[in-house]
Amino acid sequence: MTAPLQRLGAASLNVFAKLGRANLFLALALTGIPEILRRPGLLIRQMYVVGVLSVLLIALSGLFVGMVLGLQGYNVLSDFGAEESLGVMVAASLVRELGPVVTALLFSGRAGSALTAEIGLMKATEQLSGMEMMAVDPMKRVITPRLFAGILSMPLLAGLFTYIGIYGGYFVGVSLLGVDEGSFWSQMQAAIDFREDLVNSVIKSLAFGVIVTWIAVFEGYDAVPTSEGVSRATTRSVVYSAFAVLGSDFVLTALMFGE
Amino acid sequence: MARSDDILVKIRGLVFSHGRRRIFDGIDMDIRRGAVTAIMGPSGTGKTTLLKLIGGQLKPRSGTVEVDGHDVHRLSRSDLYRLRKRMGMLFQSGALLTDLNVFENVAFPLREHTDLPESMIRSLVLMKLEAVGLRGARELMPAQLSGGMARRVALARAIALDPMMIMYDEPFTGQDPISMGVLVKLIRTLNDALGLTSIVVSHDVAETASISDYIYVLSGGRIVGQGTPDELRRSDSPWVRQFMDGLPDGPVPFHYPAPDYREDLLR
Repeated sequence: MTAPLQRLGAASLNVFAKLGRANLFLALALTGIPEILRRPGLLIRQMYVVGVLSVLLIALSGLFVGMVLGLQGYNVLSDFGAEESLGVMVAASLVRELGPVVTALLFSGRAGSALTAEIGLMKATEQLSGMEMMAVDPMKRVITPRLFAGILSMPLLAGLFTYIGIYGGYFVGVSLLGVDEGSFWSQMQAAIDFREDLVNSVIKSLAFGVIVTWIAVFEGYDAVPTSEGVSRATTRSVVYSAFAVLGSDFVLTALMFGE
Repeated sequence: MARSDDILVKIRGLVFSHGRRRIFDGIDMDIRRGAVTAIMGPSGTGKTTLLKLIGGQLKPRSGTVEVDGHDVHRLSRSDLYRLRKRMGMLFQSGALLTDLNVFENVAFPLREHTDLPESMIRSLVLMKLEAVGLRGARELMPAQLSGGMARRVALARAIALDPMMIMYDEPFTGQDPISMGVLVKLIRTLNDALGLTSIVVSHDVAETASISDYIYVLSGGRIVGQGTPDELRRSDSPWVRQFMDGLPDGPVPFHYPAPDYREDLLR
């Protein structure tokens, strides 16, 4: 009769134990900062793998999201004769929400899952153990560069997504549907605030970068070192990232834009 | 018994448990400098665990492990890392870094721990690769190597920093007779040529006995036999006999503990 209660207790204990491990893990990873300052090559190599190789996916997705925004926005706004405000609508939705959020979701699918699988397999094939026995700290050599590569890449990718997205909206709205080019840009310029919109957007994408990469490297490091364990960890990495990004987006939005 | 400064690794009263299962129940062991010492025993007796305890990757419940006079589990992290630079370990899988080629894998410890100029790193790496007969394979990636070659590359990497000892974790498992012969010869010649101390964990009786100076036989968390290969071959301990002769049943039972067979079937 007490069995379900016991299971519930065990499950909650597991959750808290894992949260504790994740926090300790982050603290340890931060101690590797001097190492990446001393050897920036480690970080740059990972930024290439994590960031540069994601550019095509992010750019194309940004273009299509912007084009859809242009089309849908035009349909709604033209009913009210307000199609001149299309620029504001496209830019505000991209800068405030879609840029950081969609980039984070794509980033976790493209780069986060790869990080989890890579680190999980390094653990399963004893590469991490091997490093330890060679007196090389895998935390500093493997984890810290990947963590910071992800954190630094996210805002850049989100910026790219937003930038290309606005041009996607411009292409559909101005070039195809005939919205006035001057109003498209001037209304956008008047309505988008540097502090309120752009800075908050960068803060959001930095926060998502921390969340997604932290989850990805931790799940890999914490994976059960078997093929099944790595496969589960990779799934968890993407699922938890999605939840964490969307949940924290609500909190951040409420803090930034809520009255 | 050997003189105490002759002992590189000294294990006293080692107790280690994994979850509720007790892996080691008070083990004493002396590993002599310059010798090849084998640790043998059936699968699942914690031979690999013992290597990890010596390397400081696991902590014992009680007891001590001293390597070259240092109590491994009392060292600070930086002292432990300093000690590990003088210990090589060969993992069963080789544990090569899959994103680096053979040359870079062997160069890895040198690049991490020294500031040697590139030309010297190149010479050192080629010397180590020559020692294991794979100088020609330097451009290959780990995925292109056979299991035996991967282990030899890992061996070259393990001796890159000229350690005082090397630990081999099941070096012969899954090898064809030729690469098995190569590894057997390499372990002995490297040990003697470089003045190393080798610890070989294995359950391949004949191969291991042919190159070791001293053998410990582990079973059920205890040492059930020890001596030179000749002494063990002549031993009349049922544990040692079963293991050395590969008998299916004996003190180590053939059957995993189970309820009575007849009752189990008729239930």
